[in-house]
Amino acid sequence: MTSQTAQLPSLTHIQRLEAEAIHIMREVVAEATNPVMLYSVGKDSAVMLHLARKAFYPSPPPFPLLHVDTTWKFKDMYALRERMASESGMELLVYQNPEAQERGINPFDHGALHTDMWKTEGLKQALDKYGFDAAFGGARRDEEKSRAKERIFSFRTASHGWDPKNQRPELWNIYNARKNTKVGGGGESIRVFPISNWTELDIWQYIHLNDVPIVPLYFAAVRPTFEWEGGLFMADDLPRLEKVLGYRPEITDRSIRFRTLGCFPLTGAVESTASTLTEVIQETLLTTTSERQGRVIDKDAGGAGMEVKKQQGYF
Amino acid sequence: MSGTDVIYQTEALIAEDIEAYLALHQHKTMLRFITCGSVDDGKSTLIGRLLYDSKMIFEDQLAALETDSKKVGTQGGEIDFALLVDGLAAEREQGITIDVAYRFFSTEKRKFIVADCPGHEQYTRNMVTGASTADLAVILIDARKGVLTQTRRHSYLCHLLGIRHIVLAVNKMDLIGYDQAKYDAIVADYAAFASSIGIAAFTAMPISGFKGDNITAPSVNTPWYLGPTLIGHLETVEVNTAADAAGAFRMPVQWVNRPNLDFRGFSGLIANGSVKPGDAVRVLPSGRTSTVARIVTMPSAGFAGETAGDGDLEVAVAGQSVTLTLADEIDCSRGDVLAASDAPPQVADQFEASLVWMADEALMPGRAYWLKLATQTVSVTVSQPKCTINVNTMERLAAKTLELNAIGVAEITTDRAIVFEPYATSRTLGGFILIDKISNATVAAGMLNFSLRRAQNVHWQALDVTREAHARLKGQGPAVLWFTGLSGSGKSTIANMVEKRLHALGKHTFLLDGDNVRHGLNKDLGFTETDRIENIRRVGEVTRLMTDAGLIVLTAFISPFRAERDMVRALVPEGEFFEIFVDTPLEEAERRDVKGLYKKARQGTLKNFTGIDSPYEAPEKPEIRVDTMRETPEEAAERIVALIIGDWMPII
Repeated sequence: MTSQTAQLPSLTHIQRLEAEAIHIMREVVAEATNPVMLYSVGKDSAVMLHLARKAFYPSPPPFPLLHVDTTWKFKDMYALRERMASESGMELLVYQNPEAQERGINPFDHGALHTDMWKTEGLKQALDKYGFDAAFGGARRDEEKSRAKERIFSFRTASHGWDPKNQRPELWNIYNARKNTKVGGGGESIRVFPISNWTELDIWQYIHLNDVPIVPLYFAAVRPTFEWEGGLFMADDLPRLEKVLGYRPEITDRSIRFRTLGCFPLTGAVESTASTLTEVIQETLLTTTSERQGRVIDKDAGGAGMEVKKQQGYF
Repeated sequence: MSGTDVIYQTEALIAEDIEAYLALHQHKTMLRFITCGSVDDGKSTLIGRLLYDSKMIFEDQLAALETDSKKVGTQGGEIDFALLVDGLAAEREQGITIDVAYRFFSTEKRKFIVADCPGHEQYTRNMVTGASTADLAVILIDARKGVLTQTRRHSYLCHLLGIRHIVLAVNKMDLIGYDQAKYDAIVADYAAFASSIGIAAFTAMPISGFKGDNITAPSVNTPWYLGPTLIGHLETVEVNTAADAAGAFRMPVQWVNRPNLDFRGFSGLIANGSVKPGDAVRVLPSGRTSTVARIVTMPSAGFAGETAGDGDLEVAVAGQSVTLTLADEIDCSRGDVLAASDAPPQVADQFEASLVWMADEALMPGRAYWLKLATQTVSVTVSQPKCTINVNTMERLAAKTLELNAIGVAEITTDRAIVFEPYATSRTLGGFILIDKISNATVAAGMLNFSLRRAQNVHWQALDVTREAHARLKGQGPAVLWFTGLSGSGKSTIANMVEKRLHALGKHTFLLDGDNVRHGLNKDLGFTETDRIENIRRVGEVTRLMTDAGLIVLTAFISPFRAERDMVRALVPEGEFFEIFVDTPLEEAERRDVKGLYKKARQGTLKNFTGIDSPYEAPEKPEIRVDTMRETPEEAAERIVALIIGDWMPII
């Protein structure tokens, strides 16, 4: 080996994952006509947003952020959403399914219908409304079994369906972004997952290395909690909770944090004292249950919960 | 599970000194590999074992695994690692892996991405997909069965896709009593095969995915084996990006970053070599040169570790996504390649390529497909294959086409020159996909072997009298009026009337008629799908030459396939091609049956007749549609002339 090659920095796995994600984002911007980034305000979204800013710097990312809102997110999430949209200089689109709004769909009374109406239907409606032909999502292959087989550029029919048996082969780092679009939306579209190959630890490591802003709920603090159907939850909006439950749940202050963030009544908290990022990472590494365990969604429909939801158009 | 089987011995470090642990993790490199083997060779079990041993399985997943193992497991109630890996509901029932699945685990030295590739013959395309990104392949052999047809097939595909490191994992050693003689015989058998197909070196090891022998620690059951453990080997082989960094600099331009008039950056992923500010670079295919001014990346406030001061970089290497600015304002856009000025890649438009066909619909020689290579997308035609390769016997066979999962060698011709390198030199500049122009499906993966000498030596003759000059002298703009429709729809009749009118207006025109061309230029062609495509290709080329001469060309061909009409459209400058759909329902055309052909087709004496036993793909967005049920030929001709002369080509 010559001295010159010896001096070149050897790429770490984090650098390679970052380069891959940036490459993917740029391909989409070069080939799609109307891309959007789905933004759920969680830690994966935070990393996605950071990658997007880095990919197009010094330009702001040339697409808007879309938050498919269920109205049941934590207050801290709404606050960070507004801050990041303004810091990144990107347009923020918030979509709430009017039908779910009107019918008062909530996670307590409606169970799986809550996810279906607010998220699955809401996402389809939002994509149709704006005519997006490519949507970035922060899903990772290590999260769930059926995700492990999904392509990075995942093709959707005009009705947003996913056909796992008929996926386009994806070779090297060449992505086929061609599709039949219709003027004004409603044609075929593509979901793009730039951080497919990241693991939960990679996400945390990246946040750590880059000081990526995340929702404070990931850090432990004393918060008002209640128990419901065997899980521990945070009472983020007590009056609304009381109205929906029909009773005032017993509130106990506990030191808790969240490993994953969704709708506050669907996202279980864990008791913890990890209040700094390194403590959170430490706790994550030492923990013995998988990340999605706190979420109710995978358990529907037996072992195949996510696969069924995806065929229906859930992200 | 005993402690010595566990890859991770760092739990203590996580608990005691998380900062030190993170620093360690931060310096890991990444290796991508694939596992391939036959259905029962134990691939999924091996991957499940790697995940398990590297503690990538959490307690809740383990609990589910134990339950599932008892319920549907194949290991008699013992943990069935395969259940961890087989993801989709359909294949859990069938008990086989049907698509490429990606799995992740890491050790103290490396993060690993495993592509789990299926063993079934019909899924060659999945294996090729997994192999395309792999640094290394683990080829599994069932020790009881030895080298099988599938072993040969997988090895050939790995070699074809240029995987540099091959591991021969002789699995299920526990089931042959760790017999060294049997192991040695299998390795010798494989070595003979490997050298016959050009695999220069491989690393063999005796393992048991189920029992854990030689996976993470040397097994006491194979004292005669002195080589590395599987993990030990995976942790130390050189990864592709490290090898790529040694070559000459190449970066396909993905996107031009232009936030304001003062900044113009070229974004891309460096494919080979490295780059520093001040380096002389050349833009291909134009050949213009400049020097690198800056390597721009976003400064981030609190960057920890040695990457602090991220922002402008002093050097960037293969595998990094960067944005470069150049010292000079030169033309450069998506599809161009920035390369070391003194060692640029080649530019050509005709190649020999190896193709892996991946679609149910077979290759159509002569049809135009999209070719995407790095960031270049061009229109391409593929010749009839020189041969296909039987992946079981390595025999080369003659072939007219390539079916699903077939591998062959063919000549390809792009509609404009592309920047390339042989696949053996650069995966990025030599690997490509073919895309169907109508369905947009990825139909093939390809690897450029070399450019054809005739492409290098036949240069376009720069003509002094340009096509514009030809047209100007005639007082008109060139145009193609492409009439398409069923046999007997009235194409020739209307085209003839349009030409007469244009002629009367003093326009220089020429009508190419389907029947007439088949008496001369194309008399060697029949009516099979392939011949129909070639018929239109030739007519398209003649049409192009005539428009170069400044003529208004009218053509009357059934031209049943959308892809070929689009191919001709792409031959002439934008705005010169007018697709005129003479829309007559089949029943009406058959009723008229001017030439008596429908009758013959119905009787079966005329084969491949459009509309009867050969398809007609109607235009989706023709410039002009003539409904012959509502409009007479005279009215249609008048309207077409008015539209051509009036709206689209104001000449005076």
